[in-house]
Amino acid sequence: MNLLINYEAVTSMVLFAIGFTMLVFSKNIMKKILGLNIVDTGVYLFLASMGYIEGKLTPIVPVAGPVDALDYINPIPQGLVLTGIVVSVSFSALMLALTVRLYRKYRTLNLDKIYEMCRKEDEQE
Amino acid sequence: MLMKNNKFSSLLKEWYEGNLSFDERMNIETEKPVIKKEETTEKQKIYLVKDVENAEEKLTSKGYKFFSVIFCVILAVILVGTVNFMPLFADDNTPTTNEVYEHYVGEGRDQTGAVNTVAGMILDYRAFDTLGESFVLFTATCAVLLLLEQSKDKPIKKRETFTYTNDPIVRLVVKLLTPIIIVFGIYVLFNGHLSPGGGFSGGSVLGAGFILFAMAYGEDFAAKVITPKIIRVITICSLSFYCLAKSYSFFTGNEFNGIHSIITPGTPGNIVSGGLILPLNIAVGFVVCCTMYSFYMIFKRGRLD
Repeated sequence: MNLLINYEAVTSMVLFAIGFTMLVFSKNIMKKILGLNIVDTGVYLFLASMGYIEGKLTPIVPVAGPVDALDYINPIPQGLVLTGIVVSVSFSALMLALTVRLYRKYRTLNLDKIYEMCRKEDEQE
Repeated sequence: MLMKNNKFSSLLKEWYEGNLSFDERMNIETEKPVIKKEETTEKQKIYLVKDVENAEEKLTSKGYKFFSVIFCVILAVILVGTVNFMPLFADDNTPTTNEVYEHYVGEGRDQTGAVNTVAGMILDYRAFDTLGESFVLFTATCAVLLLLEQSKDKPIKKRETFTYTNDPIVRLVVKLLTPIIIVFGIYVLFNGHLSPGGGFSGGSVLGAGFILFAMAYGEDFAAKVITPKIIRVITICSLSFYCLAKSYSFFTGNEFNGIHSIITPGTPGNIVSGGLILPLNIAVGFVVCCTMYSFYMIFKRGRLD
């Protein structure tokens, strides 16, 4: 059974599915942002676990002496995940700031209601 | 005594008992939306029809939830089915083991001087990537400040949220904890090239320490201690230093133009080693710390000062 061995990939895929469903089907803006963060988490778990190789060491090499690259795991996915986390934090902060502005104007977080109010405003003008 | 003195303990009690509505709990002023109802009869009819449609939507919202769960399950099944054909977890023959990885791990210590290969990778081989990340953080701070900043003429709205500002226990614990957290953050920053850690994690720890300080001592006091001028100067100095230092490194890194860099990797394992990695770690850490602290202050107070 590949699925039992690839349990980390299965977990990340389930996280991705849950987050994506929240992102698309939820009407609450806060839940949409949360869903996007869950999608991010799934992707990070997938990327970071792809670099792991059984029985190899963390990529912190000894101070002196020759280094054999085959003794260590792959450090590149970790660097990529670091980039992703920073972008995700900035994106969440920007989206939350926009949500605060929307809430101050319409006093609701429901996207359908906000859309309805926008349409009424357009009709009034 | 504590129960009598503290205002939020009574609030907390009511909150647990469910007497307060959500808005009252959060003490958000519930103003009605500004839109007025139309008075013409034809449009009222349209709204009535819309109300009926809304009621129907409420009836179908259960179906909507059911459909979204079905969608989630189908998506998960498709993705997990693809996992079945992937290479095995932690297998030695995965396609990730290629020559880039061998170069980074095998020769990274001698070329960059960093014992921690990840730090050597993100701050030497891929330094422009990290510079871009720092600028993403800086741009996000600017955007949040533009969106949420309140004008200085208006007094800050005092909202009766749960604050721990006057709580004696929290204040004492934070007084003891904040120096330890900040020292640990500085340790993580300065050991980024020797052990796990580096600019981003150390900066986050530092930012968390300052946020804790601001929560326990009140935002007014924190804004007087850490003024917006300090935040601005630290962020801009760090970003410009990063930019200039790495430009110099890239310009002199080319062996064909006859200019040699004066920065050497040093002895791997020493605190002062790794060439530019230690100062760049500190610069990135300061940017991350200022960003986290500014996010907290802007979302809580509406402005930095």
